[in-house]
Amino acid sequence: MTFTFTRRFALAAALSVALPLAGAATAQADELDDITKAGVLKVGIFEDFPPFSSAGTDLVSQGYDIDVINALAKSLGVKAELIGITGQNRIPFLTEHKLNLLVSVGVSDERKKVVAFTAPYAPYSIDVMGPASLTVKTAADLAGKSVAVNRGTLEDTSLSEVAPKDTDIQRFNDYNGVISAFLSGQVQLMVVGNDVGASVLAKQPDIKPESKFQLLNSPSAMAINKGEDRLLAKLDETLAAMKKDGTLDGISKKWLFVPLPPEL
Amino acid sequence: MGYAFDFGALLQYFGLFAKGTAVTLGLTAVASVLGILIGIAGAAALHSKKPWLCRAVSAYVELIRNTPFIVQMFFIFFGLPSLGFRLTAMAAAGLAMTINLAAYAIEIIRAGLEGVAPGQAEAAKTLGLSAVSTFGLVLLPQAIANVYPALVSQITITMLESAVVSQIAVVDLTHVADFIQSRNFRSFEVYLVVTVIYVLLAIFMRRLLALAGRGLFAGRTR
Repeated sequence: MTFTFTRRFALAAALSVALPLAGAATAQADELDDITKAGVLKVGIFEDFPPFSSAGTDLVSQGYDIDVINALAKSLGVKAELIGITGQNRIPFLTEHKLNLLVSVGVSDERKKVVAFTAPYAPYSIDVMGPASLTVKTAADLAGKSVAVNRGTLEDTSLSEVAPKDTDIQRFNDYNGVISAFLSGQVQLMVVGNDVGASVLAKQPDIKPESKFQLLNSPSAMAINKGEDRLLAKLDETLAAMKKDGTLDGISKKWLFVPLPPEL
Repeated sequence: MGYAFDFGALLQYFGLFAKGTAVTLGLTAVASVLGILIGIAGAAALHSKKPWLCRAVSAYVELIRNTPFIVQMFFIFFGLPSLGFRLTAMAAAGLAMTINLAAYAIEIIRAGLEGVAPGQAEAAKTLGLSAVSTFGLVLLPQAIANVYPALVSQITITMLESAVVSQIAVVDLTHVADFIQSRNFRSFEVYLVVTVIYVLLAIFMRRLLALAGRGLFAGRTR
């Protein structure tokens, strides 16, 4: 008994000395060098998150994120390897070094404790959308107007908070109902995320919907492991170049049907 | 069981439940009155034995009885605006329920008419009654008396099926329940309460209509 206790104690003592050393060792190996050496950038993507990333008819992933990743990999001189992740497992995938990079991550203080964020690269917002012919600029203008929204979503609660009392909020069960009611003219306005909004704009309806104002604006960023300052600087530099030369604007017009917002 | 029941969380929504119940009852009342009137007209048309009229009415009955109610309602609410025919959600729901109930009512009343003894019509003719009087005063009351319980059932079904109108954002009882559930996530309490309300409404409606039937068809019901 005494013997095992001592052995365990010794092992624990040895580990407590060795582990920080091991940690220091990995921190020294730079992830940017690893990526260039391997020639592969491993990126975690959502498999069903149109128009940012989803499988096309040929089952190859496509979307805003995919185009950005490919442009990014090209300028790093490496190949992109896309790995399907979910909202629940993606941060552990990153921190366990199964991936180099996550895309479509909302920036939050909570997440900043675990990962490092690049500059935002994609607009993500909840918009009040309406036909070009209708003038709506603020929440107060919603008074007396009919607005479709998907019941119980973040859009619903954000809208319900700010809408004047006599707004006719019509709550539908799914986005299909919201979009159909809007496109058929049964409601004047709808409140959706810009991802859903893009699917409406893609149909190029006669009423020419546009974003009237935003209820929430939280542009997506990319996330990498903390302490990889060289990689972060390289990514930010590349993203800045893509913003400057119009690459991102082109991707935004292609997938979201709107130009890249100036604040990005 | 790790779930703490909290029916008190629903108290603040009492007004909303009341409003939803009123909408459900209102829609059912409108659809029942109009639907049965159309049902009588349709049954009369079939009874007239005019070929083109019979064919039109039969086509309508077949179309409605062989398609789901929700599809009929979506067609009216989401589809017809493409043809420039736009109704509010409430009007679309009322129209869909009326059209639906009418088709079943035609069939039910037609069956009722077939159950009236042929001698009744012959006797009316012998007494010199016009065709309209024969139908309205002799045949129809007996036909309705024959199938009254089936009509009451169909009205109850219409009331219960009206839950579907919540899909086009009509704030009926079911929509109220879905809304509250999406706000406080008290699914069990919310759906238990609406279940009880629906049961009470259905029982209350059947009782009331049975009572009305006893008054209307005293001595005629078999």
